[in-house]
Amino acid sequence: MIGKTSLFGPVNPARDAGYDDPPARKGFFTDTSICIGCKACEVACKEWNEVPDNGFDMLGMSYDNTGSLNANSWRHVAFVEQPARPTAPPVDLGMPTLLHDGVADDGQQTTVAGEDRPDFRWLMSSDVCKHCTHAACLDVCPTGSLFRTEFGTVVVQDDICNGCGYCVPACPYGVIERRERPEAAKNVGIAQKCTLCYDRLGAGMTPACAQACPTQSIQFGDVDELRERAKQRVEALQAGGVTDARLYGADPEDGVGGAGAFFLLLDEPEVYGLPPDPVVTTRDLPHMYQRAVVAAGALLLGAVLSFLERRS
Amino acid sequence: MVPEATFTSYSGLPVVKASPWKADIPAYMFFGGMAAGSSLLAAGGDLTGRPALRRAGRFTALIGLSATMATLVHDLGRPGRFLNMLRTAKLTSPMSVGTWILSTYGPIAGVAAAAELVDMLPERRVPALFRLVSAVGRPAGFVAALTAPPVAAYTAVLLSDTATPSWHEAYRELPFVFVGSAAAAAGGVGMLAVPPDQAGPARRMAVGGAVLELVAEQRMESSMGITAEPLHQGKAGRWMRASKALTITGALGSLLGGRSRPVAAVSGAALVAGSVCTRFGIFEAGQQSARDPKYTVVPQRERLDRGEPTRYRG
Repeated sequence: MIGKTSLFGPVNPARDAGYDDPPARKGFFTDTSICIGCKACEVACKEWNEVPDNGFDMLGMSYDNTGSLNANSWRHVAFVEQPARPTAPPVDLGMPTLLHDGVADDGQQTTVAGEDRPDFRWLMSSDVCKHCTHAACLDVCPTGSLFRTEFGTVVVQDDICNGCGYCVPACPYGVIERRERPEAAKNVGIAQKCTLCYDRLGAGMTPACAQACPTQSIQFGDVDELRERAKQRVEALQAGGVTDARLYGADPEDGVGGAGAFFLLLDEPEVYGLPPDPVVTTRDLPHMYQRAVVAAGALLLGAVLSFLERRS
Repeated sequence: MVPEATFTSYSGLPVVKASPWKADIPAYMFFGGMAAGSSLLAAGGDLTGRPALRRAGRFTALIGLSATMATLVHDLGRPGRFLNMLRTAKLTSPMSVGTWILSTYGPIAGVAAAAELVDMLPERRVPALFRLVSAVGRPAGFVAALTAPPVAAYTAVLLSDTATPSWHEAYRELPFVFVGSAAAAAGGVGMLAVPPDQAGPARRMAVGGAVLELVAEQRMESSMGITAEPLHQGKAGRWMRASKALTITGALGSLLGGRSRPVAAVSGAALVAGSVCTRFGIFEAGQQSARDPKYTVVPQRERLDRGEPTRYRG
């Protein structure tokens, strides 16, 4: 079970965790090109998982008043407002257009001169825990509260976590967090994040967010099949002139061994608040231990040397 | 106008999350280091016939040890569940490894200190159990010294094994900074508590530790790229500057005037304070680096732009 790729590299995470005959790995493919920013996923997640509110702040960040993934937000829809950038000539998909002659109702010119395209683009993306093949949160958890399910996902056991908080800085995506508020909420003091609706999975159901998504921007299924579907989708978009389209987290040879929840993005990952080249910190752990052992030896040797002089 | 930032982020928000840890954790690292170094001094004092050094070392270890336990438990979101740490042993979790290191070292160092207490009692009033403690004091002191160095070193791995940029990027040298800091603190306490004629090893350990800490810290900064910046900024910068000043002052004082009791006491106190500042400085630098997306995004973006994305290669 402990193999060459247990800390880094492609591996079947459930098998690596000791399941002899696990079911197919489950995950999400979030296609942000068809996200409409309705936040049904955020709401469905909160309802199903009884996730409390995170305060009711107006953040002044476009339509985003959630801000980030955190203990009380297990899905987060990001809204990015950008000036449109020159791309390959658009292919007419025969879709109805929003604007007529580039003039909006208030008479303002809103299209790039000479092109029937808005001078503005709005990126929306529903972010979620990546359920990494190599999950740093799980690796560093000292109690075994975070565990690998038979579906290859990563879940916190509420009744075991003692709130040490180590998983929080370990996550390369800033997903998991210790719940600090509201005071009366359940699981305060305990690490919280998306479970990929472990309870629903066990009953053969689709996770709440994917079930609620009205555009199938969030697709749930077997990771192998989702990766194939994602590849086809990005190829279709590229061929259609959307040259910005790219996959994020779908490569089993990347820094986290591939994510169980991956994305189709229309810009660089950091634009959406995602790390551009995340690496599981435990990749370097053997080297860290090596250095610490040498340092501990140096301390012991130094102590011996301190006594190796004639008595004063 | 030229934009100030050379990287993109989502509304300037952090990418990774800063740890939820407060002052408990750097205090914990300081106390653990001080305890570990003191156990080494105590064992050496025992072997070389320096009873005052032995006694001070064992008591300091006990004080440090108790403080580490208090800070560690206090820091938990659910302190009542502290014992859950002991339901498993996980090599991939430096916190689990550290818990087991402490669980080995702690009771043994505790017995050594208890023996010291028993030996201070009037001879004829000592119950049998106490006499047993007194009898195992010596071997316990030696075993405590052998299990002490990991206590001082593992805390570096604890910080580095995270996605916090200024902690992770420091992983090659941080263990040396921390054991140096531990030796400086323990040596400093020895100089404060032990008469100069028995404190020679404490002085040498203090100076050696201070030099190791300062040299390793320099090397660390040059290997960290832009993630070294937070060590010079804001709260972390103030801690680190204070650490450097106190450590240099303390080391020079020990070297030049360590045989004079007042000079030794002042130098020892400076070294202890310097060690506290080092732990808080490194801790704060990490927290600051996590709160600024720059330190997460820029190094990763640079890898990608160089055409060297992180990939598994057999």
